[in-house]
Amino acid sequence: MPKSLTPRLQDLKVEIEGYARAFGLDFFEQVFEVLSTDELNMVAAYGGFPTRYPHWRWGMEYEQLAKSSEYGLSKIYELVINNDPCFAYLLEANAEVDQKLVMAHVYGHNDFFKNNFTFKFTNRKMVDEMANHGTRVRRWIDKVGVEKIEDYIDLALSLENLIDQHAPHIRRNPDPRVEKEQQNTRAEGIRVDRDYMRPFMNPAEFVASQQKKLDAEKLQSKKFPERPQRDVLAFLLEHAPLEDWEHEILSIVRTEAYYFAPQAQTKIMNEGWASYWHSTIMTTRALRDHEIIDYADHHSGTMATQPGKLNPYKMGIELFRDIEERWNKGRFGKEWDECDDLRVRRAWDKKLNAGREKIFEVRKHYNDVTFIDEFLTPEFAIEQKLFTFNFNDKKNTWEIATREFKKVKHKLLQSLTNFGQPVIDVVDANWENRGELVLAHKHDGVDLEPNYAKETLKNLQALWKRPVAIVTKVEGKSLMMRHDGTTFSEKKVEL
Amino acid sequence: MALRIDQDHSRFKAIVRGKIKQNLKKYVQQGEMVGKKGKEFISIPVPFIDVPHFKHGSRQGGVGQGEGQPGDSIGQGQPQPGDGSGKAGEGEGQHVLEVDVSLDELATILGEELQLPNIEHRGSEKIVTTRIKYTGINTIGPQSLRHFKRTFREALKRQIALGTYNPERPIVVPIKQDVRYRTFKLENLPETNAVIIYMMDVSGSMGDEQKEIVRIESFWLDTWLKHQYKGLESRFIIHDAVAREVDRETFFHTRESGGTMISSAYKLCRDIIKADYPSSSWNIYPFHFSDGDNWSADDTRQCIELLKGDVLSDVNQFAYGQVESPYGSGQFIKDLREHLGDNDKVALSEIADKDGIYASIKDFLGKGR
Repeated sequence: MPKSLTPRLQDLKVEIEGYARAFGLDFFEQVFEVLSTDELNMVAAYGGFPTRYPHWRWGMEYEQLAKSSEYGLSKIYELVINNDPCFAYLLEANAEVDQKLVMAHVYGHNDFFKNNFTFKFTNRKMVDEMANHGTRVRRWIDKVGVEKIEDYIDLALSLENLIDQHAPHIRRNPDPRVEKEQQNTRAEGIRVDRDYMRPFMNPAEFVASQQKKLDAEKLQSKKFPERPQRDVLAFLLEHAPLEDWEHEILSIVRTEAYYFAPQAQTKIMNEGWASYWHSTIMTTRALRDHEIIDYADHHSGTMATQPGKLNPYKMGIELFRDIEERWNKGRFGKEWDECDDLRVRRAWDKKLNAGREKIFEVRKHYNDVTFIDEFLTPEFAIEQKLFTFNFNDKKNTWEIATREFKKVKHKLLQSLTNFGQPVIDVVDANWENRGELVLAHKHDGVDLEPNYAKETLKNLQALWKRPVAIVTKVEGKSLMMRHDGTTFSEKKVEL
Repeated sequence: MALRIDQDHSRFKAIVRGKIKQNLKKYVQQGEMVGKKGKEFISIPVPFIDVPHFKHGSRQGGVGQGEGQPGDSIGQGQPQPGDGSGKAGEGEGQHVLEVDVSLDELATILGEELQLPNIEHRGSEKIVTTRIKYTGINTIGPQSLRHFKRTFREALKRQIALGTYNPERPIVVPIKQDVRYRTFKLENLPETNAVIIYMMDVSGSMGDEQKEIVRIESFWLDTWLKHQYKGLESRFIIHDAVAREVDRETFFHTRESGGTMISSAYKLCRDIIKADYPSSSWNIYPFHFSDGDNWSADDTRQCIELLKGDVLSDVNQFAYGQVESPYGSGQFIKDLREHLGDNDKVALSEIADKDGIYASIKDFLGKGR
């Protein structure tokens, strides 16, 4: 069971918290709990929320974590959750220097959760809400049966990535009916004051073409939904024929997906920010002489890169440091951009010392996509040795494709947009007037994985209860995949 | 202590074993079993269930970081940028530290996972040699076993802590308390010799996928037997209508065509045993892989006679693995089962696909012979 902090750890907490505050970090109240390895694995398997609803996939996560820690493959250092107060878990067996590092890192995350705009609408009492979800699901299990509930959760999880990541921040569907009331259904052409001018101002062909436009608009407004809807889960909640318990489970899955979405949207920034602060706090304040070697070992372990994977810790911390340096030296703006004398650029230093202030601002107003888009410079890409890689079918191996800046940046942004998930909208819920649901995949150069798409459609069909389809592109050609509950079919379409 | 997770954990295990929720069974994946890192390191297989999502097709590439020229290979594994992005949301702030595992540890893990029995050695087990194995570090010991690096490190730590260390003039002087010594244990090693004789059918019907299965399976057999016997020898035979002995490289990469006469391989195997490995002092493990499509019933009869007459009396265990192939009739294993199925020394296994390797290893090694 979670133990409260030992007096020694309590002292460390006070010390580190003091440094964090002095640096200007602004965080929720921080609660640390100390857990054994087994317990930490368990809490991590639950995604940080030990009170969540029962489901086999926590068991799967646990199996992986337990095995890899048992065999010495990997171990979890720390776990922190976005909540007010912010909870973080420490591993009982860690050395003191590790506990300090973890604490410093956690204050970075805590500050980020509190201040970054993507987290603005997340529930800060999520620990309670998760427990409520747990209670509600357990109650339904008692009433309906564990098999039915679990199967339904599996179905819902299959669709959990079909949310609208921007939904918390904007109103997608202003009620369209209001202004439509007064609209004419018959085209009259341009207003004419003198009757004799009418045939000249509004020739018959013109009026006819206007009429056609109006008719099309009217048809459009009969379409359901009127415009494509990104939040597929919300659409299903509103319009699918669901039992009470089905509705509740789907709603729980959707709520949790929205809660976790900002963390996926800011992985690089969040880890980068926390790493920047553990590094700053440790190296300038908290480290004692005899701890340096262990600290350096663990810090560099966290920052290690592998050729085929981008390490968000490394990418994030380096980018924050780069921004800090650029704003300290005034390396931005028109003058800097236009200077192409390499020697001048190298020596460029306006002594603005605005770096710290700038990175605090960045951590507030950006997410990974805008962060990379705005601050990834060609110099940075060269210094960090960034490259893109592709699969070479002939050699059956992954290989470096290019180090060209534009391509690297494009690929990086592409992989981050919409959390790297395909963009999918509901476009028609009454296809061919048969109540069939049609989704459309916005193809951005990468095909959907066909076997997964097929299985997912089947799950969607089980929810919608009428046939469902998705329009996508396969090898450049438009294709509609359809599942009617028993059979799967594909056909070419033009849309 | 009972943890809350136990209930979810046992439910997951039940799904993997196929006891409940058959609809999910098809999503169970065994992970990569041979993901060689560097020279002899490897990743551990853990079963996982992938709930289907709409997701991008694999092989879309991504962005990486590090040295290398365009065109340089960065590995055959799956460096998927999507990896963990699904999980990224869930376990916020999980630091994961990866550590490599040596082959020997891997074999132990394999043994635990599949609950393999240790093999009972035979041969000159009475000849026992003792060996010194350095097992740890201690603060006392003879000067001859002083561990210089550890000693130095302790001294460095102490000097840094005391503030007497000067990076400008890095002189480190160990005192008595800093000195560390190696400690050792005496281990008894029974002298045992073992040889694996791999035989593979390379006739036209064995495709790349079948060979891949054989390759993975042999790797695990190798790993396990090496763990059981130090100084394990391997011999390789390939055959279509005729058999010949080859080296390891050729064994896994040749593709021949033509008919299949399994007896030719068994004859060669018998000759190798007779010539080099007297059964009184050697533990002998022939493994034969084929798609089960032999040339004629006559030849099959000859095979069975060879096994009964010569081979089986000399070996610890004779193992036959039949890899499923779209071309083969798969008759051979049925014949073997009919004639030799009740013989303790014969292990037969059918391997349908890569996922079947797990079960097949257990078939082969589960007898502890």
